[in-house]
Amino acid sequence: MRDHRFRTLLAQNAAFVLLWLAMLLALAPVLFIILTMLVKGLPGLSWSFLTSHEAGMLPSIVGTVLLVLLTGLITTPLGVAAAIYLSEYARPGPVSRLIRLAILNLAGVPSVVYGLFGLALFVTWLHMGRSLLAGACTLALLVLPLIISASEEALRQLPRGLREGSLALGATRLQTIRRVVLPNALPGILTGLILALGRAAGETAPILFTAAFFSLTDPFPSKLTDPIMALPYQIYVMATEIPNLPPEQKWAGALVLLVVTLGLNLGAIVIRARLRKKTRW
Amino acid sequence: MSTDIVHSEASISSGNIHLPEGPICLETRHLSMFYSSTQALFDISVSLPANQITALIGPSGCGKSSFLRCFNRMNDLIEDSRVEGQVLLDDVDINTPHTDVVELRRKVGMVFQAPNPFPMSIFDNIAYGPRLQGIRSASRLEEIVESSLRAAALWEEVKAKLHDSALALSGGQQQRMCIARALAVEPEVLLMDEPCSALDPTATFHIEELMLELKKRYTIVIVTHNMYQASRVSSHTGFFMLGELVEFDRTEVIFESPTDRRTDDYIRGRFG
Repeated sequence: MRDHRFRTLLAQNAAFVLLWLAMLLALAPVLFIILTMLVKGLPGLSWSFLTSHEAGMLPSIVGTVLLVLLTGLITTPLGVAAAIYLSEYARPGPVSRLIRLAILNLAGVPSVVYGLFGLALFVTWLHMGRSLLAGACTLALLVLPLIISASEEALRQLPRGLREGSLALGATRLQTIRRVVLPNALPGILTGLILALGRAAGETAPILFTAAFFSLTDPFPSKLTDPIMALPYQIYVMATEIPNLPPEQKWAGALVLLVVTLGLNLGAIVIRARLRKKTRW
Repeated sequence: MSTDIVHSEASISSGNIHLPEGPICLETRHLSMFYSSTQALFDISVSLPANQITALIGPSGCGKSSFLRCFNRMNDLIEDSRVEGQVLLDDVDINTPHTDVVELRRKVGMVFQAPNPFPMSIFDNIAYGPRLQGIRSASRLEEIVESSLRAAALWEEVKAKLHDSALALSGGQQQRMCIARALAVEPEVLLMDEPCSALDPTATFHIEELMLELKKRYTIVIVTHNMYQASRVSSHTGFFMLGELVEFDRTEVIFESPTDRRTDDYIRGRFG
């Protein structure tokens, strides 16, 4: 009896230790990366490094922020509308299965393929040129599957009683979506949006051929069809194509990308938390 | 299970349906219902009295909820569901192509098994239906909210916190709020699908009291697993089994001297 209890207790503790180790193992690389970048990159950071138009990061920071905002602007209405269609209107059957399969497959396409596709479609065929607009459109394609899947999941997780309650009061389907379904799925949808746009901010391949220029005559875009600098691209160039660049500057560039991405995410998370507070379950 | 066998039983018991006297509100004629290839209801013809409470009882899966949901066409929401025969509200067929389902659901309100408040304030919950109908005036909405909450015997408890979240209410209060929400669109009929199954005895008692009060103005149909509840509140009772309406009569007849053996067995707790 006592032996048995001792054994279950031992198993319990062993499992706990194992799970804790797994957590640590997953967390360690992240902490390692952040710490390394801080240690090696901070010495390279300076005000002029950040703000100088010629050698600095500012054009890239501006470019990336613009790129992410425009991508969000293009992709959010499209993605959310598609998710609403799939979860609220589409009848289960071969067609909606095919659509879902296509979305899953699109999410697995390597980003460089999106880059080449964007080059062919937006830059060349639609005459957008290498530009902010072409880059944002390409990134929008890249993150659209992520946003659709996440939004659909958020819509599906709402309790059925919510929809039924609204319809039973004489609401139309559209009224139910607008007044009950969408407001309550919003925090979940935003989570998907944050993750997707975070990914868009860090991608290099899709903007390589569609948006980014290294030596711009004008460092800041003044219209949608201007080319831009972007952080991931600048880091790529600094790391591979400028042999004499001091290493701490390369690290500093990577650090800036990390901070900007985290900053964008943090902003979105704060907005989501505000919304959650308003519609508590 | 073969559907043919069940069907033949239905025809045997068709003599046990005793229609109520007095005004009729809801009626079905040879109503059958299907979920894709499964038949859920078999040839049900019955009339439900106006301004009375009709209870629908029977074992789980017997079709009583499906039957209830025929009256506000909530079954429409289920893929591949299909209705044959007629459902009449005030002598008008509600399954025609030009039936306005939105208008139907306004006339035939529904209270669900689990309270389903919207995650918004009590006021906004009650005002939800009226706002759908385009009522914007703040004073008019306030009037409706107050009268609906009074009718649902909840006003005194919540009048000081109308703008707090409805989710902060207790289960029983939430269910009464859902009743108030249904009343706010001024329906004729109130369908209640096991409205007390998630509530404790005190809250259940409150809801039953309320139903007896509400039947003066509304026709109420309640699905319940609780036979004491059926016998306490209803004037008529229908007993369902395997998708057929086995027996329908005044409640005291059903509970004291049912005609069909299956009703008797169920009432006495021999099965189900």
